[in-house]
Amino acid sequence: MKRIFFILPLVLFFVLVGYFVISLQPGHDTHVLPSAMLEKPAPAFDLPGLDNSGPLTMAGLKGHVVVINFFASWCVPCRIEHPLLLRLAQENHLPLYGIAYKDTPANIKRLLDTFGDPYRRIGMDQEGHAGLNFGVYGVPETYVIDANGIIRKRFVGPLTPETVDKELMPLLKQLEPST
Amino acid sequence: MITELGHFALILALFVAIVQSTVPLIGAARRHLGWMAVARSCALIEFGLIALAMLSLIHAYVTSDFTVINVIQNSHTDKPLLYKITGVWGNHEGSMLLWVFMLSLCSAAVATFSDNLPPALRARVLSVQGMIGVGFLLFILFTSNPFLRTFPAAPNGQGMNPVLQDPGLAFHPPFLYLGYVGFSVAFSFAVAALIEGRVDAAWARWVRPWTLASWCFLTIGIAMGSWWSYYTLGWGGWWFWDPVENASFMPWLVGTALIHSSIVVEKRDTLKTWTILLCIITFSLSLVGTFLVRSGVLTSVHAFATDPSRGMFILLLLVVAIGGSLTLYAVRAPALKGGGLFAPISREGSLVLNNLLLSCGCATVFLGTLYPLFLDAMGGPKLSVGFPFFNRSFVPMMIPMLLAVGVGPLLAWKRGDLLGALQRLWAAYIATGLVVLAAFYVTHGGPVMAVFGLGLSAWLFTAVLTELAERVRLFRIPAADSLRRAVHLPRSAYGMTLAHLGLAISVAGFSASAFDREAIEIVKPGGSISLAGYQVTLEHVDRLPGPNYIADDATIRVTRDGNLIRYMHPERRYFPVQKQTTSETSIRTNLLADLYVALGESDTKGDWTVRVYWKPLVPWIWIGAVVMAFGGMVSLSDRRWRVGVASRARRVEPRVLPVAGE
Repeated sequence: MKRIFFILPLVLFFVLVGYFVISLQPGHDTHVLPSAMLEKPAPAFDLPGLDNSGPLTMAGLKGHVVVINFFASWCVPCRIEHPLLLRLAQENHLPLYGIAYKDTPANIKRLLDTFGDPYRRIGMDQEGHAGLNFGVYGVPETYVIDANGIIRKRFVGPLTPETVDKELMPLLKQLEPST
Repeated sequence: MITELGHFALILALFVAIVQSTVPLIGAARRHLGWMAVARSCALIEFGLIALAMLSLIHAYVTSDFTVINVIQNSHTDKPLLYKITGVWGNHEGSMLLWVFMLSLCSAAVATFSDNLPPALRARVLSVQGMIGVGFLLFILFTSNPFLRTFPAAPNGQGMNPVLQDPGLAFHPPFLYLGYVGFSVAFSFAVAALIEGRVDAAWARWVRPWTLASWCFLTIGIAMGSWWSYYTLGWGGWWFWDPVENASFMPWLVGTALIHSSIVVEKRDTLKTWTILLCIITFSLSLVGTFLVRSGVLTSVHAFATDPSRGMFILLLLVVAIGGSLTLYAVRAPALKGGGLFAPISREGSLVLNNLLLSCGCATVFLGTLYPLFLDAMGGPKLSVGFPFFNRSFVPMMIPMLLAVGVGPLLAWKRGDLLGALQRLWAAYIATGLVVLAAFYVTHGGPVMAVFGLGLSAWLFTAVLTELAERVRLFRIPAADSLRRAVHLPRSAYGMTLAHLGLAISVAGFSASAFDREAIEIVKPGGSISLAGYQVTLEHVDRLPGPNYIADDATIRVTRDGNLIRYMHPERRYFPVQKQTTSETSIRTNLLADLYVALGESDTKGDWTVRVYWKPLVPWIWIGAVVMAFGGMVSLSDRRWRVGVASRARRVEPRVLPVAGE
């Protein structure tokens, strides 16, 4: 059955074409992923901060509604959502905290130096343990955690102006009616 | 008017390409010499027409004709002349035109330099080239036409992305495309061979120069792109494993495998079906790269503006070109007869190992690049696997390859003596040991992998020189005899030596990046930063006018132990038309290390962010790439590509082989 080997490239190519066709379909990319962690307490973490800023801990964040963004300097989609995060932090005073996933302080500093820093504080998750506990598939991912430390929402992939307006902001309003 | 001439020339080129892709093919099947000869004239006419289209688009840019939509979207009267011209291929439509221009250039080159090719093979090769041309001309005319007009004329253009207004990037696409598209010739040769049902040493000899030339251009093109991102992005990084970069790197990897496996076909008449497959895959990866960059299926920092209808069209082209050729391969390749046998430990065996490792490397890059897409298609999120994946999978895979490059050329054809080869490499062991020890000493036991990488580079460098010394029997026979041997060595031998030395040089550059030092500080004018023994002082920042930008130009004094080394001038340029800022870095190199200074943002109080990097051996990355490409060129100048082929050609009369029995 030597012939199989000669047909194999063709078969593999058509599998690839199948994937291409799917990804060209408009509207297939609903970035909604159910999370096992949804409506459950956020896993505890205690991460060293960037430079001299203090550590970022889950315990320290309790009592406020916070948005936690997993990001990395090596992540291209993160670069895309970055300007949006900056705008949200500056104009909407989004309580945004960053967890730098599998990355070094030097790289993160360079990233923020070049593109600006939207985060109130950053935790360095160099080994990716915090990401593992949250069930992060990859970066970027964004979590909304309420004042009781319960994960209320998970956004997988870069935030877009649309998801921010339709989902993130209404949710934050609902969680914290006073602001 | 000139724009319309270009437009019509392009439409005419489509019809010429249709003729070129059908008539010679039928001619070859019916053994009609007149019909076959059509291929040559068609290829030359197509080249002329597309060149005319190209020139007329350049004319529209140079004269700032703002009735042409493409010019409005990508040009501006304030833009310097150089960037008006290179702006032609700085956008999707124009770059596609450049793509078919390069394709027609390759076809014209095949038509011109193919006197020693059997007429039927030539007709088929050019006809396949014509088919590719038809596909891309249709794509341009129906989805990405650069000649469309709008009335009334716009007052001025929207300008070009300032990041692209750079001499390095101006010439990067032509080289890259020449590389990509050059592989179309190998592809056409492969398809023609499958139609003919015949692959032999002569075939390999015809294909090899084309592959080698494309490989050289691609090497230069990739190196230029990487160098550009090094000095303009202001991060000091030179490779980001970005989908667009990977799209050019994958054909390079498989193309490298191809130039090695075609040696085996030429010398030993074996590995034929594999080589044919590599020809098809190399060009297919160029096409897939084009698709990935332009369809928007992957997110990338330097993707073109994307459009799903274009994506669908290119996908259709992929299906026809790649699907068609792979179908032909599945049907015809099993009938190709294999040639000589060889032991696993032999020159052939080492080339097979090279092919295996390069193909696996390419598959890894492919998976890493497309993984987000696979995940996305299954309803998963959009992600990027990024650096960690590639550094942990691709890099380790290349280590055995680099080790083997040192040994392979020392093995004999058919059956090699591995132990003997390893004994002859004593100099390489010493050099490797010395370099590793020296690196450990200098860096105080720095990153192990990087020290190991430097050792690998030393191993490769010395092993390659050992091989050359063995060839001329240096120190074994009188020096004069060695010299005579050296003079008579074929150019291709020197080509290989140079290319492998280039690889060793680049590897040293890659490895040493682990020893980079950097300092990012906010300083007031007068303040200074010390790094790696240098004292970098920000003297003052001035606002200077440029042709189409306003620059904040920093004057930075660099001293070492109190002695002035030089003044450096990094800039931040603000382009009012695009409301965008670019960073113009300043780099001082002594070929052993770069001192790299970039000016960051200023807070409004007169403090400036200054980034300083000290990067040992980083210039070697590009020096190595240039040496590699130069080695390819030297090999191309070997006289065996010119002599010995004609006599072979006479025997290969135009004929159609019956399809061999299954």
